Parts: sequence; C-alpha cells; structure tokens
Amino acid sequence: MKPKKLRKSSVLPGFGLTLGFTLAYLSLIVLIPLSATFAKAASGGWAHFWNTVTDPRVVASYRLTFGASLAAAAFNVVMGLLIAWVLVRYPFPGKRIVDALIDLPFALPTAVAGITLTTLLNAHGWVGRYLEPLGIKAAFTPLGIVIALIFIGLPFVVRTVEPVLQNVDAEVEQAAASLGAGRFQTFVRVIFPELAPALLTGFTLAFARAIGEYGSVVFISGNMPMRTEITPLLIITKLEQYDYAGATAIGVVMLLISFALLLVINFLQRRAEL
Amino acid sequence: MRSNSDPLWVRLLLTSVALVFFGLFLLLPLVAVFTEALRKGLGTYFAALAEPEALSAVWLTLLAAGIAVPLNLVFGVAAAWAIAKFDFPGKQVLITLIDLPFSVSPVVSGLIYVLIFGLQGWFGPWLAEHNLKVIFAVPGIVLATIFVTFPFVARELIPLMQAQGTEEEQAARVLGARGWQIFSRVTLPNIKWGLLYGVILCNARAMGEFGAVSVVSGHIRGRTNTIPLHVEILYNEYHAAAAFAVASLLAILALVTLAAKMAVEWKARQSGQELAHEH
Repeated sequence: MKPKKLRKSSVLPGFGLTLGFTLAYLSLIVLIPLSATFAKAASGGWAHFWNTVTDPRVVASYRLTFGASLAAAAFNVVMGLLIAWVLVRYPFPGKRIVDALIDLPFALPTAVAGITLTTLLNAHGWVGRYLEPLGIKAAFTPLGIVIALIFIGLPFVVRTVEPVLQNVDAEVEQAAASLGAGRFQTFVRVIFPELAPALLTGFTLAFARAIGEYGSVVFISGNMPMRTEITPLLIITKLEQYDYAGATAIGVVMLLISFALLLVINFLQRRAEL
Repeated sequence: MRSNSDPLWVRLLLTSVALVFFGLFLLLPLVAVFTEALRKGLGTYFAALAEPEALSAVWLTLLAAGIAVPLNLVFGVAAAWAIAKFDFPGKQVLITLIDLPFSVSPVVSGLIYVLIFGLQGWFGPWLAEHNLKVIFAVPGIVLATIFVTFPFVARELIPLMQAQGTEEEQAARVLGARGWQIFSRVTLPNIKWGLLYGVILCNARAMGEFGAVSVVSGHIRGRTNTIPLHVEILYNEYHAAAAFAVASLLAILALVTLAAKMAVEWKARQSGQELAHEH
C-alpha cells in the first residue's frame, strides 16, 4: 500500500488547545489594546485629530525623527557593511569579542545607553571635550540624537549582512578576477549586488527601530520644543498634560508608520527567501 | 583564503576603521558606565545600590520579568506548536501579528494600556469604583513588560520547529505516547536551545525596558519604579554617580546576556539545532 500522506492536524494532539490559547492571549495583550487606540482616536473627532497631528510643534518632531532616523540608518548601512566585511573576511586578534559585543546595543537597556552617551558627549565628557574646541556640539542637538540612533541600529545591519556575505560564492569572485576585473570592480559589480537586498533589509530594520526609539534619545536630545523633540517624547508630554486625545492622535500616526514599515520589512524578507 | 585577494593596505585600513568605530561606539560607553559608577569610590557605589528605593526597584524589575517571561514562554511554545505542527488558513497573518509588538514604539506600547485602564480609559471608571489600580501601579508595569517582550520566545521557536517537521512526534504518537509525553520527551529535547535562547533575550528586554514602562509607571518612588526608571530619576536629579551605579547593574545584565547567548549558540551548533535570527 502506498503510504498515505497524513494530514498533520489529524495525527498530533493539542491543535485546538494551543491555537485557542495563542489567539486568546494575542487578542488580550496585543490586538484589543491596539484597536482600542484607534477607537479612542476616532471618538475624538476628525477635526481634533487633524489639528493635533499637523500642529507645527508635532510636524517639527516628525521632521526631526524621520531625518535623524534616516541619517543614522544610512550611516549604519555603510559602517555595518564595513564591520560585517571585516568580521567575515579578515582575521585579527580579539575578533570573537568584537563579534559578541556587536550585539551590545540589543542587550544594553536603552536608558543606560542614553545617560552614558550624554555623559560622554557633553562639553565636559570624554568625547565632548574634544569636539567642543572644533565647534561641534553633540549633546542636546540633533547630532546627538543621530549618534544615539546609530548606536541602537548598528547590530541590525551587521547581523543581516553577515550571513549573506559568508555565502557569497568564492568561485564567482575568482571568475571575475580571472576575467581581469580589479578588486574594486569585483566588489561593485559582483559582490555588492548580492549584498544589496540584505543591506536594504538592515537599513529598514534600523530605520523602523529608530523611528520609535525613546530611551536612548530622550537624555541626549535636551528636548527643546521645535528643535530637539522627537515624536515619542511628544506623546509623553501630552500624557503628562492629561491631553489623552492628543497623545492618542500622535500615537495613531506612529502606529500607522510602524505598520507600514512592518509590511515593507515582511516584503523584503520574503523576497530574500525566494 | 579569500582575504588574501585584498591588498594589505585595504585590509589594514578597513580593519582599523572598524576597530576605531567599535572602540568609540561600543567599548567606550561600556567602560564609561563602570568608570562613572565608581567615580566616587566603592563606598558610594554600594550605598547607591543598598538604598531602599534602589532595592525596591530591583524587586519590582524581578517581579515584572518573573511574570512576563514565563507567560510569554508558555505562549511562545503554544503558538509554535500550533503554527509549526499543523496547517491552517491565515497562518502567515498570525505570524506577522505575533511580531507586531516589535514594530510598535515603546512609548505607544505603554500608551495603549493607559487608554484602556487609565482614569479616562475604557475600564478607568469601573476600576476606580472598585478601588483597583492598573495604571501608575504594578499591574500596568507587568502588562507593558509582557507586551514589549511578547514575540521573543515565539519567533525563536516557530522557524526552529517548522524546520524540524512532525515526523518524530508522529512516530511517538503511533507508539502510543500521549500529548504531553510527546512534547516533553520528543519535542522539548529538540528545541531546548532555541527555547533557552528566546528566554534569555526575553528576560534581558523585560528587565531593561524603559519607554513602555515609563508611560504606565507614574514614577512613584519605592512603589512603581523599575531599575531603568530609578536610573532616570537619579540621573535627572544630578546624582550621576548613583545613577551610573544602578545602571552598572543593567550593564552587567547585558554582558551576562551576551555571554549566555554565545554559550547557547555554541551549544546549539554542537547539537545541530539551527537557531533562528537574533533581534
């Protein structure tokens, strides 16, 4: 007799129980609270919503949050690729420690990163005191925000590029070289196209994380209205003023941006798997 | 070796740039935490840690993680079992929804619970009537912690269990094993390193979360402050040495997490369990 392909669900026990629990827990913790936010925003009326999210102070915060996140993610694409390249291809002493500590920004609580970077970069700090004579102010400026976001986002790019770089076919590289391509040409024409999807994914992951980031930024930004206020901070400011409708409106804008970025990331990752 | 195909000066240049950046952006902050913590001597350091408010923050952090991690562990195993061992429509959507909390800003993660349980929220009036507090109290902190650490175990186990398939479990079933026996004797040994990996990451985030917890905490000293919130208060009140002393606990936690992560990765590689991606 030909072995019949067993339907998975008919053989192993526990499907109803585990799926039921999964859906119930997911709804209670994630789905219902998130929908409540949209319901709350809708109940405040469209006019109020629109006025809140287009207020000049709020618009200034979008510009800063987007600009700083974009700058940090772009920097991380270059530096992340360089670090991944060195980690994969060049031997050097202490490599394993460097490799392990690349994940430090994932493991270090954001508040600790925030106060530490602020302490290093203020006018008396270990780094800030050398920047000051050069006329560079990092703490309490947009530059400081970008630096914090670079710290937070670096591992995303390194960890997405590393495995792809390991799998780049050595034979293809050698073939390019034997056909007379220089190292730089081989990189631009052969290696880079293979890495591009991973770089794009890493960029998007770092960018998405940066948009919502709060803990590492709030200490170094100085939080000056119109100048160094990030969008998540405005939500907290509104809550502290008991302006729940205002906080909700900005929260909804941030949620919509997060969902859009999640879709982009899903698309990129699924395309990479094909 | 492929590295030989790059000229020496390129190798040296790129390695130096990478190491300088590594030193400035990763090593220096780590060193700075401990230097600042010990700036006023060991006496001040330990005094900051032994303060009642610091101890209550440590206790609350352990409590929040102690509730959030086991709950999300049970959820992660259940979700992975349903998704990896069975076929049903909407599976891909479910996986995406499980990942959702990772893409939500921590501040928004706190906000959503304020809108439900806060005084102006859906259940606010009812809770106030019955003298119950969720927001600006411990339950809110626990809820926010559960939300931000929600996907960690599930997203580690789902790809791992999907890759392993159902053959071994089916064999156990045919041999007469019951549900729980199948899981504990067959599945669990196959996924233990992935499970542990997820728990390590989940715990690190649970203990270190700042933004979400900050929104729901109300910052009541000795009552609703976790370690990261206590660090914030000390820092904002210009007690820098004390702030960094308490922050050094979190930095040690981060280093222990990285070491444990490496050990588990190593163990997993030895036993042939392919771990899913980090972050």
